[in-house]
Formats: sequence, C-alpha cells, structure tokens
Amino acid sequence: MATTTEPITLPQLSNDEVARYSRHLILPEVGMEGQQKLKAAKVLCVGTGGLGAPLAFYLAAAGVGTLGLVDFDVVDSSNLQRQIIHSTKDVGRPKIDSAADKLEALNPFMKIVKHDTMLTSANALEIISQYDIVADGTDNFPTRYLVNDACVLTGKPNAYGSIFRFEGQASVFATKEGPCYRCLYPEPPPPGLVPSCAEGGVLGILPGLVGIIQATEVIKFILGKGDPLVGRLLLVNALDMRFRELKLRKNPDCPVCGKNPTVTKLIDYEQFCGIKPEPKTPSAVVNGIPQMPVKELKRRRDAGENVLVLDVREPFEQQIAQIGGKLIPLGELPQRTGELNPEQEIVIHCKSGGRSQKAAEFLAKNGFTKLHNLAGGITAWSNEIDPSVRKY
Amino acid sequence: MKIEIPTPLRTYSENQSTVTVEAKTVAEAVSALTRQYPAFQKHLYTPDGKLRSFVNLYLNDEDVRYLPEREATAVKGSDTLSIIPSIAGGD
Repeated sequence: MATTTEPITLPQLSNDEVARYSRHLILPEVGMEGQQKLKAAKVLCVGTGGLGAPLAFYLAAAGVGTLGLVDFDVVDSSNLQRQIIHSTKDVGRPKIDSAADKLEALNPFMKIVKHDTMLTSANALEIISQYDIVADGTDNFPTRYLVNDACVLTGKPNAYGSIFRFEGQASVFATKEGPCYRCLYPEPPPPGLVPSCAEGGVLGILPGLVGIIQATEVIKFILGKGDPLVGRLLLVNALDMRFRELKLRKNPDCPVCGKNPTVTKLIDYEQFCGIKPEPKTPSAVVNGIPQMPVKELKRRRDAGENVLVLDVREPFEQQIAQIGGKLIPLGELPQRTGELNPEQEIVIHCKSGGRSQKAAEFLAKNGFTKLHNLAGGITAWSNEIDPSVRKY
Repeated sequence: MKIEIPTPLRTYSENQSTVTVEAKTVAEAVSALTRQYPAFQKHLYTPDGKLRSFVNLYLNDEDVRYLPEREATAVKGSDTLSIIPSIAGGD
C-alpha cells in the first residue's frame, strides 16, 4: 500500500477554542499541535453506559473533533447510579440521544456521529473503519470479541476497559506490534459463569475510574505522548485502592493478530461465546423444569392452593422486596433440602429467574418432582402483578 | 506463597481474597489450592487437565504461559500467583 509523503494538514483552532483549551495549550505535552491533533481525531465509543459515560465526557472536554457513539439501549433509572452522562429526565429515552445532548452542551465545537444500532458482524468493519481509534465500553463477551477482531482487521487500536463489582481491567489492544484481546483470552467463559453488572452488582464509581483510564489512553494515542498500556494489563481494585500491572505478550499463534491468522473475517460471536439464540416464544419447560408465569402463581395463591413459594435470593435482597416466599439462599440449598417437603408443589423464584432455575435443576436431581420456576422472578411479579413490590 | 483470588472466583474460596500455600512450583501451588478448595478444579481446568483459556495465571507480573518452564517454574515464598479471569462488565 502506498503511503503518503505529504504532511497532514491539521485543522486550525478558532479564538474560542484557544480560550477553551488554554490549559492544554500551555502544557508542553499537548501544545497547539497536540490540540490540533485532538481536533483532527475521530474516536468511536462503543457503549454510552458505565464506561462510555465518563469516557465520552472527557474526550469531548479534551476537544476530540469527531466522536462516534454506538448504543441501542434506553436509559433506565438503575443506570443513574453510575452512568453520569444520563439524567433523571432522560429515563426512557435512547441513551445515544441523551449522551449526544450532554456532549454537545459541554463542547459544541465537536462533531457527534450517532450510530443508533447494535454493533454486529454485518456493520462493525464499516463503522470502525471510519475512525482512528475505538474505546470499548460494552458489557458482554460476544461484543468484546467482535470489537477486538474488527479492530485488528481494520488496523485500529482498541482502548479496552472492563469492570466487575469493584475490580477493573484496562489495556490497549490491537496495535500493530502489541497483543489483542484474544492474545490474553483466546476463548470466552461459558455463558452464565461471569455475572453481568445487572446480576453481580457494581460499585457505581468503578466505571468512572476505569472509563477515565480508557479516555487517557485514547488521548495519549492521539497526541503520541506518554507510555501507552500496550502490552500492559492494568488491574484496579477500588476497595483496596490498589493498582497492579501485569505484562501482556502478543501471541505469535493468535488466530486474529498472529503470524498466520485463521480468523480473517468477522464470525458469529454469540455462537463463539456459546450463547444459544433465544426462542421466539418462551418455552414452557427449560431443562425439564416447568416455567410458571407470575399470573399463574397469583391465580393459585388466590385460589388457596397448597403451594410453597421458595425464595433463593440473598437476605439483603429479601429486605428490599419480597413476595412472602420461604428464604433459602441458593448457596445454602444443598444443606437445607430437609426443610422442603417433596410432596408439596414448590414454586421457586429469585430476582429474574436465573438462580431459581439452577435451584430447581438441583432439587430435581435430588428427588424433588413437583417443581416450577417462576418465569421472570420477582421482577416480573412487580411488573405484572403488584407494582408496590420494589424493583432493584 | 500467596495466591490472589479475583472477585468472580471468591465464591469458591469462601470469600478469601488471598490463599497462602506451601509449594515449590507453580503447578504445586495450584494443586494445593484445588486440594484446599476443590471447586477451583473445574473452574480453572478442563476435564482433561488444561488451564481454561478464559483464565490466566500470573507469577508476579509474568504470564505463566510464557515462562520457559511454564507451570514447572520454581516459586519462592515471597512470590505471588494471581488468577486473572476475563470480565466483560462495562454498563
């Protein structure tokens, strides 16, 4: 491929921009040329949630000229504990519109490109190729592998950050000389092993901490200054407030970025991560366990039927909201099956149906036959039967 | 030596964030961990005994996969073995 030998013309800054970015302009590491590079830069933020919120805000503040946003989700009140780019008035609005409004208010000099879509194998290469660097703020394994592979295939670096409860990771993947995500993790964990933020919880400040590290790496890349997190995995523990660094190596046999790549186009990432497509109509039976709709449980209770509601959540969850179930946390169930009567109909519930399904399958292997999983859990009960039952 | 247990795996170590074991090599250290907490075996290893590829083992700051002797690498009492699993949260 022929490389241009003409110098790139950097965009000029207006008087208002000079005033705005003065604290950057007087820094030797940035200066006028650095600020012009920021203005010329095009950055894609995949996700405008926990990581994307601080990331996009600080990139806008720094004067990145073009910011692409990818998100198809809608603002929910439970987001506001950490996704500081959205506000109470935005609940129910598309996140991409909410984010764009705040970014434009902060910095009207930048151009925002909204990609109101899910990033998929069909569109990722085309979208990513329009940008200089990608910041991955997604929340699931299939998309992380998709972003990684698309970045390697298009030659765009990936400022990576991920979080779990109070721990985070950050690095820069997919540079030419450095490792990619698959060099670190060739395969994803089986579905359901690592809970999402919705299932495992997350300390609200954590994506703020990690998102800013990602924004810092993006800015350093654009400026060509500092020591990037290429070949380095930064680990953050917010509870201990400890930062550690591990060495990352480029895997010469990596299927995507190695010497003889076998992945030369984007694949089906859900299949790669072992996620089966959801059936169009919910199944009445999953792994041998009948799924009971909340309306059916309500009918049986109102009719005075002898049914035990078993709640397998944690005690603190029962304190937030409960529907009168007998509490045996999932982890204690193996030691407490003696408290259950196998002759009685048992309807098991948790927050949204995942843990209760596991509990039902466990009891079924241990001689219980009259079992039901409450489909959608206490969340569905709150949505469809009794809104006074608090959602969390 | 110390073995650092990451948050997603602490349910298998009775919520301990660090486990101390006696061992001469990386492999011995991990065996000592799985003997003390058997649940780690299936979460760290496949049925045919290979380290699962969504988990990385680090001796101090080096990935064990890239050490010349890999799991046979000798360890000192002052070393730390870290288990680094993949996490995907971002929302």
